Amino acid sequence: MAGASKAVTDSRANLPFVYRQYSAERLREVLYKMYLIRRFEEGAEECYTRGLIHGTMHLSIGQEASAMGVCMPLSEDDQITSTHRGHGHCIAKGAEVKRMFAEFFGKTSGYCKGRGGSMHIADVAKGNLGANGIVGGGIPIAVGAGLSSKMMKTGKVVVSFFGDGANNEGAFHEALNMAAIWKLPVIFVCENNGYGMSTSTARSTAVKNIAERAAAYSMPGVIVDGNIFSEVAEASHQAVARARAGEGPTLIESKTYRHRGHSKSDRNRYRTKEEIEDWMSNRDPITLFESELREFGFIDDKGIEAIRGAVSQEIADGIEFAKASPSPDVRDTGDYVYTEQA
Amino acid sequence: MDAMVRELSYAQAIQEAMAIAMAMDERVFLMGEDIGVYGGAFQVTGDLVERFGTSRVIDTPISELGGAGVAVGAALTGMRPIFEFQFSDFATLAMEQIVNQAAKMRFMLGGEVSVPVVMRFPAGSGTGAAAQHSQSLEAWLGHVPGLKVIQPATPYDAKGMLLAAVADPDPVMIFEHKLLYKVKGPVPEGYYTVPIGKADIRREGRDLTIVATSIMVQKALDAAAALESEGIDVEIVDLRTIRPMDKQTIIDSVKKTSRLMCVYEAVKTLGIGAEVSAMIAESEAFDYLDAPIVRLGGAETPIPYNPELEKATVPQVPDIITAARDLVKGVR
Repeated sequence: MAGASKAVTDSRANLPFVYRQYSAERLREVLYKMYLIRRFEEGAEECYTRGLIHGTMHLSIGQEASAMGVCMPLSEDDQITSTHRGHGHCIAKGAEVKRMFAEFFGKTSGYCKGRGGSMHIADVAKGNLGANGIVGGGIPIAVGAGLSSKMMKTGKVVVSFFGDGANNEGAFHEALNMAAIWKLPVIFVCENNGYGMSTSTARSTAVKNIAERAAAYSMPGVIVDGNIFSEVAEASHQAVARARAGEGPTLIESKTYRHRGHSKSDRNRYRTKEEIEDWMSNRDPITLFESELREFGFIDDKGIEAIRGAVSQEIADGIEFAKASPSPDVRDTGDYVYTEQA
Repeated sequence: MDAMVRELSYAQAIQEAMAIAMAMDERVFLMGEDIGVYGGAFQVTGDLVERFGTSRVIDTPISELGGAGVAVGAALTGMRPIFEFQFSDFATLAMEQIVNQAAKMRFMLGGEVSVPVVMRFPAGSGTGAAAQHSQSLEAWLGHVPGLKVIQPATPYDAKGMLLAAVADPDPVMIFEHKLLYKVKGPVPEGYYTVPIGKADIRREGRDLTIVATSIMVQKALDAAAALESEGIDVEIVDLRTIRPMDKQTIIDSVKKTSRLMCVYEAVKTLGIGAEVSAMIAESEAFDYLDAPIVRLGGAETPIPYNPELEKATVPQVPDIITAARDLVKGVR
């Protein structure tokens, strides 16, 4: 298991899961990546506002602990399917921000050579099978990847990220059922940020907790505070262990919140300023993780400053890389529709 | 060809192709509703589950959308699934995965992946199954870049094109007319492929080109035999692949005969015939036309249950004879 450390010291015995499981270095990397996701989203938003990026995008600011926690026990060979709000998943699975920015700028150096953009960002080499523009679209595909893993005996685990909106799609139910009857190594991660575009889960969903849906498919349904990194990572660890042991899928509901609107067209009419402010001030996942790291002695102010500085530099370099990269030739528009055959 | 040639039914030819593909390549497997011990709704998979086991002949729940998505995901990650829809009409339940995912994945990801999935669709009318089990939806999928859509009309082509589809790196949709399943024809033993994207001239003629698809190929051949006694010499192009279409074979044929008729079972409007006609109108063959193009397609209705009404909704041999005669004799 990637980064798992057996070196549990007595002094850590009473600490939350990740502080017992991982080295200080690994945990500082997690903080780095959480900042990288946050600053990436802010950088993308700024580029969009300045007219450097067209189209639309769905930002995951506020959901960084969920992406990082779920991916913590995954190896590079393990696979994920992601969503329209997938930038964080992409970074958590190991993507380089410069190639992500390049994709958003529509450049050939982007992960999809400028053909996919934000909503189809993927990094197949790192096991990210792609974001998806269709709510619930990636869930059956993850089950298919899980079937491949089982049939080819590769030992790979597949995580399917989706939002609360997807839990009312037929694809969700069909996919969970098949993963359960075939005991596939798939982990279904519902990042419940409270709203499917503007419609709250209270108005859209018959069950109080989406994890309750797991009972219908005879799999464990686990609820975690998606803004507490350690909680998410612990649940993911257990689900991954279960999947690798051939015991089948798990549904994790990671309760979180997006600070920004659904997409660039959102006027936030369906939620109050107070609600947003409360999540930003009191339940910000980066602030929470940073406080724990500091409290448990894994990092000091100087260390945090160093991370913030390095992240800012990586983001600035990434945007410069994207700007400087060549655009695709319009004459190549027909490329990649079909596989080129000799 | 050295291989022993036998008479096999269209269904047997498909089954043999799947057995060969699975024996050759352990990545190939079958998924679908009731394709295991039941043998498939039309007995196409037959007893393959006994030969290859339930891990490679997988009965799915009645979940067309999810099932298609699982096949797409498996293809994306190294397997070679052949997914059977029980009826082509049920493609409507899986359009999301076929159209948004399978067809576009390679393009959206900038060529980083391929989706080598094969989907089989038992299609067409004539079985009394009425409006929700008798449609011909191939043109729907033919409209989607990224998919390949084929309609083999003979047992020989059914086997060879299925093996070509399994070897193809991109998603291939096979529409199999249900009334063809029991039709017999010569099929060589062993492995061979029939190329996707290549039409076949099934009958050479001077007076008229009929471009036909699927079961309409045989009906057009029957019509051509009857017209021969009247001195009308019909050339029949079996389109075989809807996307990518073999334009050149049709253009060359029309340049030779100067007349074009399209015969297909699907609803006439906005169908294959429209595409073939427009393609000819845009091509150099247009100047060779001696008469307006004729389309003979399905009626603008759902498929009815009553057998007489059902027959009346799709072109039959006498309809083709009459339309061809009128076209050649200039009765318009």
